[in-house]
Amino acid sequence: MIQIPGNDIFIALATWTREIMLSIGLDPAFIEIVMAFIRALLLGTMALLVFMLITWLERKVVARIQDRIGPNLAGPWGLLQPIADGIKAITKEDTTPNGADVTIFNASPIVAGVAALLVYAVIPFGPNPGGECAGAPCGPMAGTEMSIGLFYILAVGAVSLIAVLMAGWSSNNKYALLGSFRAVAELLSYEVPQVLSIAAMVMIAGTMSMTQIVEAQTVPFIFPLFITALVFFISGIAESGRSPFDLVEAESEIVAGYHIEYSGMKFSLFFLGEFVHAFAVCAVVTTVFLNGWQGPVLPPWIWFFIKSFGVFFIMMWIKFTMPRFRIDQLMAFNWKFLVPVSLLNLLVLAVGDTVLKTVGITREASPWVWGMILFAANLVLLFAALWALGRSARKSRLIKRPIVARTDDVKPAPSPVAASN
Amino acid sequence: MDGWAFVGIFVVVGAVLLSVPLILSALLAPRKPNPIKSETYECGMETYGDTRVQFKAQYYVYALMFAIFDIETIFLLPWALAYKDFATIFPLIEMIVFVLILVGGLAYAWRKGALEWL
Repeated sequence: MIQIPGNDIFIALATWTREIMLSIGLDPAFIEIVMAFIRALLLGTMALLVFMLITWLERKVVARIQDRIGPNLAGPWGLLQPIADGIKAITKEDTTPNGADVTIFNASPIVAGVAALLVYAVIPFGPNPGGECAGAPCGPMAGTEMSIGLFYILAVGAVSLIAVLMAGWSSNNKYALLGSFRAVAELLSYEVPQVLSIAAMVMIAGTMSMTQIVEAQTVPFIFPLFITALVFFISGIAESGRSPFDLVEAESEIVAGYHIEYSGMKFSLFFLGEFVHAFAVCAVVTTVFLNGWQGPVLPPWIWFFIKSFGVFFIMMWIKFTMPRFRIDQLMAFNWKFLVPVSLLNLLVLAVGDTVLKTVGITREASPWVWGMILFAANLVLLFAALWALGRSARKSRLIKRPIVARTDDVKPAPSPVAASN
Repeated sequence: MDGWAFVGIFVVVGAVLLSVPLILSALLAPRKPNPIKSETYECGMETYGDTRVQFKAQYYVYALMFAIFDIETIFLLPWALAYKDFATIFPLIEMIVFVLILVGGLAYAWRKGALEWL
């Protein structure tokens, strides 16, 4: 029996693969490159399998929320539905509209998909076992370990915006162009609270490496970083363009937004990009706020997926219970609520942590006391912010705003509802 | 293995993985374009005029706001990374001043009506 470092099936498989390649007599440097290719392939396949699973899961959940059954004919519980959909998408005709910029039109679905996949490169699925595996350092349970992991996620997350802009601009369709305008405005705006919440995470964790952030969580960071977690989750939903922030592709206003002219497999790739990105947001939330892979009894990667699917369930729940925002509401919510709240949150965290440090309560010394005190500070700030929001909303409802669309010579008829009241 | 080298490999592998269904689709799917089918889709209307229409100035204002705020908040990240090693209280005060400048900028933009969707 070989001693397996980390006692993990994937590390064992990687060691075994390395040993086989060594026994053929390959150069160790070459083996590293081959292993990187294998990792990339596995990571991509994993993301695509998760994509297939969550398309099925989402339809099952929306069906239950809307009191229906959902897909139930293809395979047991409709589990083969994603495969049927894939076959359907592949055999559909792929149309290109008149006057489209064909190169960009064809490239943008791939850019959208790859941009979403790239986030997975730094997400750790388990601890780095350390030590030697077949003559090389045992790899991390992630695509790669980067010292600037969080910053990388921020940077890569913004690339999907370029895909949307490419699609909207090259389609030669006004709806598509309007959709991509909205997408740029929305995604750019929600980037600001996201950067601010990442600054708060980095400040508390003291590192940007995803693996080290998980190891730094002596208490789950959802407690000391409660508002940060909420802000990051909301801006993550906005960035992946899901409901209630899906006015980029609002069917009732601009038909389908930026992917209106796409059909067949290219349309599916945009769909894939959205879902893969959404699940990546859940994976980052799991890693940074929910202790990542850590958990008792079960192997780390199973814990990771249990938590990620839990977060994804909340995302679906939000998606199917909230109506879509209007663009002015969306912008006001971001700039007048999320940005000030996350700025204040950063101040509260910095001051609170410094005060606690001078008293002698630190993350390392007494994690739960430290976490709960900061959690209380978070709750105070959250309720103050919600109170201010409710107050300003009440005030703005009382102000009679002029109706812009109506001209002066047309007197509005008295509404029968208002008269009866 | 360098982190960025892996990202490069992952870009290539990802693009190949996603191209497979596109190539399959190109081989299997029917392709019968006709003038009406490849018209720009506008819910049955014929498209009118140039597609690349002028856009609302408000988008531009938000882009400016984003440029200002995102670049300023990026400056917070090195500070946040070094936060654990601070021995004195001075860096904290500097950061508070910096964030208050940001809050001031936001308040100014709010007051000037740059945040209203017109």
